[in-house]
Amino acid sequence: MKLWDIAHTRTGDKGNISNISLIVFDNKDFQLIKEKITATVVKQWYGDQVKGEVIRYELPLLGALNFVLYDALGGGVTSSTALDKHGKTLGAYLLEMPI
Amino acid sequence: MKSIRIGSGAGYSGDRLEPAIDLMKKGNLDYICFEGLAERTIAMAQKSKQEDVSKGYNELLLYRMEQVLPLAHVHNIKVITNMGAANPLAAMKAVAELGNTLGLKGLKLAAVIGDDIFENINQYLDHTLIETGQPLKSLKGKICSANAYLGCGGIVEALSHGADIIITGRVADPSLFLAPMVHEFGWNLNHHEKLGIGTLVGHLLECAGQVTGGYFADPGKKEVPDLWNLGFPYVKIDNSGQGYVSKLQGTGGSVTRATCTEQLLYEIHNPQEYITPDCIADFSKVEFIEIEKDKIAFKGATAKNATDTFKVSVGYRNGFLGEGQMSYGGANCIQRAILAEEVVKKRLDLFSYDIRELRFDLIGINSLLNRVEPSKSLSEVRLRVTGRTETKKQAQQIANEVETLYTNGPAGGGGASKKVEEIISISSILVPKKDINISIEYQTLNQ
Repeated sequence: MKLWDIAHTRTGDKGNISNISLIVFDNKDFQLIKEKITATVVKQWYGDQVKGEVIRYELPLLGALNFVLYDALGGGVTSSTALDKHGKTLGAYLLEMPI
Repeated sequence: MKSIRIGSGAGYSGDRLEPAIDLMKKGNLDYICFEGLAERTIAMAQKSKQEDVSKGYNELLLYRMEQVLPLAHVHNIKVITNMGAANPLAAMKAVAELGNTLGLKGLKLAAVIGDDIFENINQYLDHTLIETGQPLKSLKGKICSANAYLGCGGIVEALSHGADIIITGRVADPSLFLAPMVHEFGWNLNHHEKLGIGTLVGHLLECAGQVTGGYFADPGKKEVPDLWNLGFPYVKIDNSGQGYVSKLQGTGGSVTRATCTEQLLYEIHNPQEYITPDCIADFSKVEFIEIEKDKIAFKGATAKNATDTFKVSVGYRNGFLGEGQMSYGGANCIQRAILAEEVVKKRLDLFSYDIRELRFDLIGINSLLNRVEPSKSLSEVRLRVTGRTETKKQAQQIANEVETLYTNGPAGGGGASKKVEEIISISSILVPKKDINISIEYQTLNQ
């Protein structure tokens, strides 16, 4: 099973910081992602893309985790040389993670 | 109990107009807000103002207002927008001229002014840039704009003076939507819970279609009906802070707990501390409840006192960006693209330019996230080379070196493209609120 099977995501940017939400379709799966998908796991998953730390916030009422990825956007939308300067495509990669 | 209906007419500067017009015709709205100003948009607008003092507002402003103004007049809908960008006063004058041509007698326009602090920027050279920790003076000589993120105050004042169409520069996105609630319901700075709810409403609406099923669909998993015909959202809210988000019946899209949750967390860091100019909102206890299909109630938002500073976006010239692309397809295309990459690398070495963040992407393989191993089954791949340089000429060289792969590179390259542009970057400082003077200009049509 992949995260895609049980959760969805949206990615946003502020300057050089990316935030990726991970939201379960069914609240009964929240405990599972809370245990497995730690900030460390997410930091490793994105490898060199994320130069800074990853902080995780929990929203149990919404069945959601919010990951904040520092120094993750090559300087941010106004100076990055990346194709996707906002990093809006990043979240979908998280859904490929096996769980 | 008093309630109002607030629609969202645009989620970014270039957004569609038809769904907004639809909402104004059939949504029984009291207000509609058009959000059209991203971090960098205002710096670009500032540039166009410097070239022509009558410009510097959103390029689609008059296109939109030509259809919006008559509907606002007929249906008595108040319009709030930050499409004034770098020049709200010129924007108001242009809209007034349009309104007079359309014969919309009596319509009262307002421009909220005061976010532009570029003239005073030298006062703040010792302030710290939030992003880098360096002092602002590290950008001296390159700074080209400085705009404070204002709160809802100026708009509320304009509403209390009877303005129908309110045009602002840099006002924080949720504040555009909070303003009508504060005005209509008499909420004030001590009503923490209310400000939190109003900011939540603003945050849900500020990206327009992103809460009604836009930016959400994932075939086979998250289906959205008639995505092509996506309806824009509106919120109905009463003075106790109870309300729901919905869209017009008969439009495409869907409003669900899932679409609302994605939008709630969009561009949020700590959900307990979402800092806006009006308050520090706390979204950590927010819940969404489905009342009926496409009608989602919200509860649980609150807030703390606002900070005593405004965030100021400082635009600065940051060199040039050069980019070239070339595609390879068919047998062995990945190996030919990799050879093309090596060729461009060595060519650029010849010039010994100081190229920052020189980047080689293989679109289809690693341009979005450099983590994926190339698959042998790809039938096409596109090389993208980009970098930042001091001068335009150097940026041009990057673009040209990709184009010359046509006759000088590996076999079968096609579809070259190139781009050279000046980079205006944004950094931020915090400025005491007491330093910012907000003023409002009014103009009533045909008087």
